[in-house]
Amino acid sequence: MTKKNSTEETAHSSQRRRFLTRLWFWLGALALAEGAYLAVRFLHPRKPQARSGDFGALIEAGAVDSFQTGSVTAFPRGQFYLSRLDDGGFLAISRTCTHLGCTVPWVEETKAFACPCHGSVFDIAGSVMNSPAPRALDIFPVSIENNMVTVDTSVRLKRFEFDTKQAAYPKKI
Amino acid sequence: MNPPPRLQPEKPSLLRRIWQSIFPIPIIPRTEQDRRRTFFTYLVLHFRPATLPEKTLKFSLSWGLGGMAAVLVGLQIGTGLLLKFVYEPSATAAYESVRVVMLEVPFGLLVRNLHHWCANLLVLVAFLHMLRVFFTGGFHPPRQFNWIIGLTLFAVVLAANLTGYLLPWDQLSFWAVTVSTGMLEYIPGIGLALQKTIRGGAEIGPATLRIFYAVHTAIVPLVLGLLMAFHFWRIRKAGGLVVPRGPEEEPDPNPVRVPVLPNLLVREATVAAVLIAVVMLLAILFDAPLAEPANAGLSPNPTKAPWYFSGLQELLLHLHPIFAVFVIPALAACGLVCIPYLNYDKTVGGTWFVSRYGRRTAIQATVAGFFITPVLIGIDDWIIKPESGLIDLPAYIGRGLMPAALLLLAAFGAYRVVKGRGSDHRSEAVQAVFVLMAAAFIVLTITGWWFRGESMLLAWPW
Repeated sequence: MTKKNSTEETAHSSQRRRFLTRLWFWLGALALAEGAYLAVRFLHPRKPQARSGDFGALIEAGAVDSFQTGSVTAFPRGQFYLSRLDDGGFLAISRTCTHLGCTVPWVEETKAFACPCHGSVFDIAGSVMNSPAPRALDIFPVSIENNMVTVDTSVRLKRFEFDTKQAAYPKKI
Repeated sequence: MNPPPRLQPEKPSLLRRIWQSIFPIPIIPRTEQDRRRTFFTYLVLHFRPATLPEKTLKFSLSWGLGGMAAVLVGLQIGTGLLLKFVYEPSATAAYESVRVVMLEVPFGLLVRNLHHWCANLLVLVAFLHMLRVFFTGGFHPPRQFNWIIGLTLFAVVLAANLTGYLLPWDQLSFWAVTVSTGMLEYIPGIGLALQKTIRGGAEIGPATLRIFYAVHTAIVPLVLGLLMAFHFWRIRKAGGLVVPRGPEEEPDPNPVRVPVLPNLLVREATVAAVLIAVVMLLAILFDAPLAEPANAGLSPNPTKAPWYFSGLQELLLHLHPIFAVFVIPALAACGLVCIPYLNYDKTVGGTWFVSRYGRRTAIQATVAGFFITPVLIGIDDWIIKPESGLIDLPAYIGRGLMPAALLLLAAFGAYRVVKGRGSDHRSEAVQAVFVLMAAAFIVLTITGWWFRGESMLLAWPW
């Protein structure tokens, strides 16, 4: 072996060594990433399987005429209130306060939702009357077919304030 | 038949040999030389140096607060393991199993009370420890990074407390954790995803309990143990505590050293014994609360976050949510992390409040903080309520940018006033800003915890 050859050899081997070291490094990083991915997947919430009539499923609330205008009916299993507005429209309002997540009761005397935790107050349509809540109560989509009111509690709609487009109206016969 | 001649001295008895295999040299050293050998022979003592600078023994240098925190962690592990034998981490059985601990298990009530009081004291002691390290300049090189480890430890202690708070699954814990995790929603971008991951779903439920139990009983002890070992190791590498010296003095390269055994160990044992006695007394006299079983349909009035988060919750009553739970806490955390890396004109060690001037300005800043914060809370609650329409601006300006600017202005003002024109009081000025902010935070916490009654209106606690 000539001298030139041997230095070339060293250069090659040091290059190879650097490559292998890097390879080990990247393999280690990959293993870490796999571990992190596993942890995230394990932590990730599973899809809740809602039983019919419970929160997360389609809930048949009742016939249109069984709800008077200007009234609020609680559906504890569905975790919402069905508000019938004065103009006859329906809103399915979430019971979870938009401030920090407390459960908001309907107060019949004042005709308002009053959060017991931090004093937020919402009107019959769920709009904020009194802070600290930053936005109106969430709603669930309401559909009315064959005079029957149905609420889809698997879809939560966020909104800033009430708008008549949010309410569902029974078809005029 | 002659007996064989005795060539060796009499063999020690079996028990004696077993004892010697465990403890090769006497446990209680009788000479100076034995003492050094004791340290190198025994694992537990090996964490300690053989000698330490005599001046660092002074009680008013450390108040034994770091040691107290370590003792409390030890008690938590002991009582926690006991509770683990009875507690059932499921939404249907958790509450009942806590009642079993309290009513049926011998001394179960005492063990649960101990776990409760140690947890709360740990937050307090860790906070006081941080104050003491700050005021005695324990964050200057070579202890810079240990300050960061300490901050991380404090965060882990808070996580331990919050995850433990949920486990009884009563009305108190259910809604406190609802409110605490509800704050996460306001972090821009990742808030909702973070909240969903921590809760294991959109709302608090069985999945939340499962996750919190795993974090509380496995991840927290592991991380706490590793970080504590790291924390202690850095203290040793820094040569123990700061050797106290005057503002003008150079660090003494060869301070007078005394043996750790007995000087330090006896002092530490005394602090530990007194602390354990106090915790025992608290646990005997005051029971840990247990409210009605958790009911997702009924929020109690008022619902409060645990006391160490009630400062944040109080801030949330006054400011725009993004500022209350994200911008201002992020600024505060940033400030805390930056403390050891700022430029200081004096790297004093072991002297409280840097100098006489520093002590005076620190007291002034404390008084200012304790006076201004309640006044601001009162003004906001009684005069500029959002309903009054007095400040007719969008919430993110009127209740966000403006108060945040006011806060920065206060910090900057305190800095300028204390630093003075062209003088070298930078260390004292940074200290004044820290004190002002700490005082404001303490007032917010006290107000949120004691002075908020029904519907979170201001009320007297009695």
